[in-house]
Amino acid sequence: MTNALLVAIVVLASTGGDLAVAHAVRKFGEVKDFSFLGLLRILGRAFRQGWMWVGIALMAVTFYSLLLLLSRQPVSLAIPATSLSYVVGVLGAQVFLGERVSSARWLGVSLVCAGVAVAWMG
Amino acid sequence: MLHLATPKTHLFRTYLFVALMVLFGSIGNVLFSKGMKQMGEVNQWSTTALAALFVKILLSGWIWLGIAGQLGFLVAFLLVLSWADYSFVFPVSAISYAFVALLAHVFLGEQVSLMRWLGVGMISLGVVLVGRTPANTRERSRE
Repeated sequence: MTNALLVAIVVLASTGGDLAVAHAVRKFGEVKDFSFLGLLRILGRAFRQGWMWVGIALMAVTFYSLLLLLSRQPVSLAIPATSLSYVVGVLGAQVFLGERVSSARWLGVSLVCAGVAVAWMG
Repeated sequence: MLHLATPKTHLFRTYLFVALMVLFGSIGNVLFSKGMKQMGEVNQWSTTALAALFVKILLSGWIWLGIAGQLGFLVAFLLVLSWADYSFVFPVSAISYAFVALLAHVFLGEQVSLMRWLGVGMISLGVVLVGRTPANTRERSRE
């Protein structure tokens, strides 16, 4: 039961965090400067976005719950347990980030999700 | 396809950064696992027990190496999301399961069953399918 709860927390926190970070980064367009200073500047700008901090907070929740999960299950089992996040995350990107998910992409995502579940059963 | 197709240089850069994400993320996860294995199983859920565990986690060298790996992951993730779809990057990065299974097998000595390799095969097929769709379907960030 605790494992299932931990998996649910990891899935929701990780996808929510990813979507928040993606939203924050897209406020200032595509990164083109890959120099060290350029990267620092990007990080500085990103961290001035409120959504970035929402993302970081959710990543911290993910991190802590994933650590607990990893202490209870082997890594090649614990990581695949969070497979639902692929469907949840892609759905979130479609709804909240305005990405167009074609049927080909959905098919691929479904295969990834199912593949992770099969790997978990093994 | 219209004008939404991602330029070739972008596609290469997208795969490069996904590879960096996978590399840093997988290494980070395996290091975390190694660190947490030394903590023993967590079965005390009181505030003091969790606080003590948290301090113990922060004192582990493996955990800090894991955090460094995750930081590298975060930077690569931020950059790639500035031009590519999350619904592209996230499924494609699932190729990391193959790496995690491989790393866990090699470094942690965990058994990888036939079923797990089958799952890894399905994941790889899914990644190929997603990889054939345009990496950016949002017009706004187009050059």
